[in-house]
Amino acid sequence: MNIAFYIASVLAIISTLLAITGKNAVHALLYFITSLLSVSVVFFVLGAAFIAALEVMIYAGAIMVLFVFVMMMMNMGADGVKKERALTTPSMWIGPSIISLLLFLEMFYILTNQTSQSITMLEVQPDAVGKLLFSKYIIVVELAAFLLTAGIIGAYHLAQKEKTIHHRFLQNENDNL
Amino acid sequence: MNIPMEHGILLAAILFSIGLTGLLVRRNVIFMLLSVEVMLNAAGLAFIVAGAARGQADGQVMFIFILAMAAAEVSVGLALIIKMFKIFNSVDIDKADTMNG
Amino acid sequence: MKELLWLVVAFPFAGSLILMLIGKRLSRMACAFVGVGSILLAAVFTFIVGVGFLHNNPSSVPFNQSLWQWINVYGLTPNIAFHLDTVSLTFVFVITFVGALIHFYSAQFMWKDEGFTRFFVFMNLFVGLMLLLVLTDNLLVLYFGWEGVTLCSFLLIGFWYKDSANGYAAQKAFIVTRVGDTSMLIGLFILFMTFHTLNIQDILTAAPSTWLVSSGPAVLTAFLLLGGAIGKSAQLPLQTWLPDAMLAPSPVSALLHAATMVTAGVYLIARTHVLFELAPLVQSVMAMIGAATLLVAGLSALNQHDIKKVLAYSTISQIGYMFLALGVGAWSAAIFHFMTHAFFKALLFLGAGAIITVLGEEHNMFKMGGLRKKLPIVFWTYLIASSSLAALPFVTAGFYSKDKIIWMSYASDKGSLWLWLAALLGALLTALYTFRMVFLTFFGNSKTEPTHRPGAFITMPLVVLAVLSFAAGFIELPATMGHFTLLSDFIEKTLPAANTLHFSYATELLFQLISIATVIIGIFVAYKYYYNKPFPAAEPERNKLQAFLYNGWDFDLLYDFLFVKPLVFLSRIDKNDFIDLFYKGIESLMGALHKVLSATQNGKVRRYAMSIAIGTIITLTILLFL
Repeated sequence: MNIAFYIASVLAIISTLLAITGKNAVHALLYFITSLLSVSVVFFVLGAAFIAALEVMIYAGAIMVLFVFVMMMMNMGADGVKKERALTTPSMWIGPSIISLLLFLEMFYILTNQTSQSITMLEVQPDAVGKLLFSKYIIVVELAAFLLTAGIIGAYHLAQKEKTIHHRFLQNENDNL
Repeated sequence: MNIPMEHGILLAAILFSIGLTGLLVRRNVIFMLLSVEVMLNAAGLAFIVAGAARGQADGQVMFIFILAMAAAEVSVGLALIIKMFKIFNSVDIDKADTMNG
Repeated sequence: MKELLWLVVAFPFAGSLILMLIGKRLSRMACAFVGVGSILLAAVFTFIVGVGFLHNNPSSVPFNQSLWQWINVYGLTPNIAFHLDTVSLTFVFVITFVGALIHFYSAQFMWKDEGFTRFFVFMNLFVGLMLLLVLTDNLLVLYFGWEGVTLCSFLLIGFWYKDSANGYAAQKAFIVTRVGDTSMLIGLFILFMTFHTLNIQDILTAAPSTWLVSSGPAVLTAFLLLGGAIGKSAQLPLQTWLPDAMLAPSPVSALLHAATMVTAGVYLIARTHVLFELAPLVQSVMAMIGAATLLVAGLSALNQHDIKKVLAYSTISQIGYMFLALGVGAWSAAIFHFMTHAFFKALLFLGAGAIITVLGEEHNMFKMGGLRKKLPIVFWTYLIASSSLAALPFVTAGFYSKDKIIWMSYASDKGSLWLWLAALLGALLTALYTFRMVFLTFFGNSKTEPTHRPGAFITMPLVVLAVLSFAAGFIELPATMGHFTLLSDFIEKTLPAANTLHFSYATELLFQLISIATVIIGIFVAYKYYYNKPFPAAEPERNKLQAFLYNGWDFDLLYDFLFVKPLVFLSRIDKNDFIDLFYKGIESLMGALHKVLSATQNGKVRRYAMSIAIGTIITLTILLFL
């Protein structure tokens, strides 16, 4: 089982890298979906089966699909690749890479200074999660509901088609047309 | 069958840094949003690892909330991207710099 | 009947208030009625109050009448209260009586002027404030009256405000007097700090026991009060404002700058005489200032061609005599000279005003002449007043008062030979310039024809004042001529008598004969040089010395050099406000910082994300390694 963890993690890293550096938007999205599936395997190995299923269903299944839809609306196509190439030159990668590397090194330093603790890999049952959701974290559930409602309303309002405003004398004309 | 917790967190850290790099480098808005999703996913992974290390379900509960938040954020973010596309006719984020000074 | 004292002060204020509020709607006759009537009523009531005060009051116990409390803070409780004693009664009598006559005169003098109502508002206000000044019993109300009369002087000098020169003269009067007022105010501060009250009688009774003679605080306070008196009474070195104040209408010059306002300094010193007796140094300084002023002003008057300027310098000179008398301790002599001077100087100014008007605003004496036959009443009254000014022996009031001062400057225990010589020389100069003025104006060929005769209301006050200039001296005859001491007995119920060293009758007679001879010599010299001599009808040519004397010994130039030029120089340096540079520096620093910081907000999202990342790294570094 340990092997599965390491293979899945390597897969996740490689596909994320490919997603970030890709020129074609749709390809990058598909790579990211691969990464999500690998992370789901990692969840399985860690004993969080419920979450693994949720990750696939919601993250890879709903959120990424939403991404793909919007991508289709953008209609970038072959020009998109050319534009992307123009936008990201290799020299641009140096600075941010250094920053992220520094951050990662710091996090690494923090981690290696801790005492080692191994994962017990006990499978946590979904009903334990359910119990927690409805007893300890009930407020947060309500807040998440608020958040989602706000997201729906905001998204709907922002994506509305703009009304073209005619002069009221011309309204009837337009309607008849 | 024991995976040290540091390895799990390390994986999360690597994924987070990759996402950060992507956020800083790409000029296409969609790729930036994608990188944000990468970072969120990495953070959630860290939570799961921590929860599994203690055998508690709290980590999974946190991941559910992160998931909900990511969903809401993506929907609103994509709506904004559509708006921006309509106004600027391009997905280059450097075009939207009128709020300067 | 003494209780009607408050009416004496209230009538002028009431007149001023009525004219201020509804004067625009009244006819000219009604305004004149109110304006003149208020002062006339004040004079009548002065008479009534005076009779009531003197009746059954042989030792002239002072009469106090308190109206209401003005301020009550931290132990300072000045009241609007009146303190009537012989000195203030004398001053009130002169102010209201001469004031009433001048108001009659000015009703006709200013009849055609468009600011008729405004004139009477200011004049009544002045008379009210002056009465408040002399009647009040505490120094704070006195200071209020002091400042108030300065204000009225300012308003009246600049009465014809459309000519900017009048405005500048008014400003000069105000500012120069202000210098003296400031020193007086500091004196009041010291008095309050020491005695915790500003009630005059309380201070005068407590002063000898609190301060030793010639102690530091006494001398300092006396000097400061003297400074105030110098400013108000136009003595050296603050005398420069009075000649310029002659741009005012002639009734104003008569009332303010001859009879009453400039004598406020004399009143102040007479009132607070105890403080000056505690500081003999200040008294001798006062005498020296008086002597110096009368010589400086006399020499300047000798060189003027404007008739009113001659009278202005003459006023400065005569008040110098009063200061000389106060300085040697002859209090009643000073008050006597104040009274006679008020009569004849007001008459001279009124007469000069009449002459100027009928000659069509002609001020230059060298362009006048031959008015003896043309304006007979004006001539005879003017002649009587000039004789009084020059102290023509035996028949004029001025002779008795001036002679008393000249004698006292030698005979008093604070007097000296030098002061006597100065006073004598001053008498010679006075006779000289006075009769020079008379001969130039009234005798000789007529160079400008008078357009009309002055009206009845103008000549009537002239006649009354002429009678007074003649007769007022007879209430005080010196020891060698009958020893009739009505006035000095009256005054000495309040102020102490002068300490004279003992001299025999013969010595006194000798000195008097010398002063009589001086006057006669002066008149004769004026006769020889100015009677019927053909002068060109123009301003005379002056050599350098004469020009120096003409300009009032160039005090204006001195003050310009000492005070005005450095101030203007400093203001020019600070033209760009470099003192504010510190604040401007802060402002531009803020602006620069703003520019720097606003450069970080360039609207690019990736830049913001990068700054967040870098910030996180820095924070983590600090937490981990520091």
